[in-house]
Amino acid sequence: MAIDTDKNSYTIVFAIVMVVIVGSILSGLASGLKPLVKANERFEKQQNILYAMGINGNEGISDVEFISTDKVEDVFKNTIKKQYVIEGDKVTENPEAYLIDIKKEETKSKDPNYTRKLPLFEGEKDGKPLYVVPIRGKGLWDAIWGFVAVDKSMVVQGVFFDHAGETPGLGSEIKQRYFMDDFEGEHLLNASGKFEGITVAKGNADPKNERKTDNAVDAIAGATITGDGVTAMIKKDLKMYVPFFKTLK
Amino acid sequence: MGLLSKKDSKLILDPLTDDNPVTIQVLGICSALAITAQLKPSIVMAISVIFVLGVGNVVISLMRNIIPSKIRIIVQLIVVATLVIIVDQVLKAFAYSLSKELSVFIGLIITNCIIMGRFEAFALGNGPWKSFLDGIGNALGYGVILIIVGFFRELFGSGTLFGLKVLGDSVEKTGLYALGYENNGFMVLPPMALIVVGIIIWVQRSRNKELIED
Repeated sequence: MAIDTDKNSYTIVFAIVMVVIVGSILSGLASGLKPLVKANERFEKQQNILYAMGINGNEGISDVEFISTDKVEDVFKNTIKKQYVIEGDKVTENPEAYLIDIKKEETKSKDPNYTRKLPLFEGEKDGKPLYVVPIRGKGLWDAIWGFVAVDKSMVVQGVFFDHAGETPGLGSEIKQRYFMDDFEGEHLLNASGKFEGITVAKGNADPKNERKTDNAVDAIAGATITGDGVTAMIKKDLKMYVPFFKTLK
Repeated sequence: MGLLSKKDSKLILDPLTDDNPVTIQVLGICSALAITAQLKPSIVMAISVIFVLGVGNVVISLMRNIIPSKIRIIVQLIVVATLVIIVDQVLKAFAYSLSKELSVFIGLIITNCIIMGRFEAFALGNGPWKSFLDGIGNALGYGVILIIVGFFRELFGSGTLFGLKVLGDSVEKTGLYALGYENNGFMVLPPMALIVVGIIIWVQRSRNKELIED
């Protein structure tokens, strides 16, 4: 049977049938795989938070190694003692604070009547309390984000950075050990106790990163704008938590 | 090749050498520039394209007699897009860290001109088996070039292969770096992929004079 494939009616029917078939295949697949994808995203967040706290597989290697996905849920539960949501002056405990979407909160906070929900995670390392703060900002091409673990006097104990699409080999290096490890021990407050942040700077004249109270770390050559983005997100997002840390003293 | 007739094996082998989609037909250059800064994404991209082009060619070939010619390009696009989304979703569910690393590049398979080119030029006029071989062959030809380019760019640009420091540590100054060797930072930028592809084309044409156009 020969079909006249040039007829308009045939073309339209063909298009409709094709779209329906393809649509149902894809939506079936997407909803079938959704639990797996969601779980992966949750594990990743837990891995990142734990990484910033120094709980990772880094020992003895020079690459970034997360704690494995099959263990992460248990370790996360045992390590993170408390999760807080900070809204203005109000601090509430919430065991699902780590699922708060920082990007959405940032957009909502443009409305002056909205009090932004700030998640904060409290854990313990070597008997001392450790606080992990999520941060988010802009790199050269796309979003960059991360987690900063600080002690109660806002001295950095570890960081984790990630990015959506920085230049491979340049800006994307912010997620490498040699950059992230530099932040360990850096002070976020200056000598007089005011919030200063950490500046990613070239010509810092401190390549070995021995001065921990200068509020600066060495930049990556060729990744100036990504580095500036890291500086900006640390300054902007961690500043919002300063009132909370004041209450700890 | 005992399994395939001479004509069939030509379909697979030609695109690898004398009819290579990248170096001879100069198709698929855009993605060849974008993702070859390292070896691993190059290989994953090659595998994904083999899947998309192999399956896509068969699907188009099976539908070739019922596709209305007026909207055939759109139909081809839908087939590519569907397959690419399937690859993306499966990677997200079963190889999350890999899918994060490749992020936007998987989506970019849709724009790969080799795929649309083979649908249009081959699958629309040939049976499913031939189309399958043609798809696999062309995707392999593309993949081979990606892997060669990725190998040289990662080696000279970052001094690593698969992320392993094969030339020594550039920060600690060990291995070759102790002798004063430096990474060529230009290699990690897209223009160098074009130059590497150019060199491959030059080598290939100087070995086989028949490929030189007047």
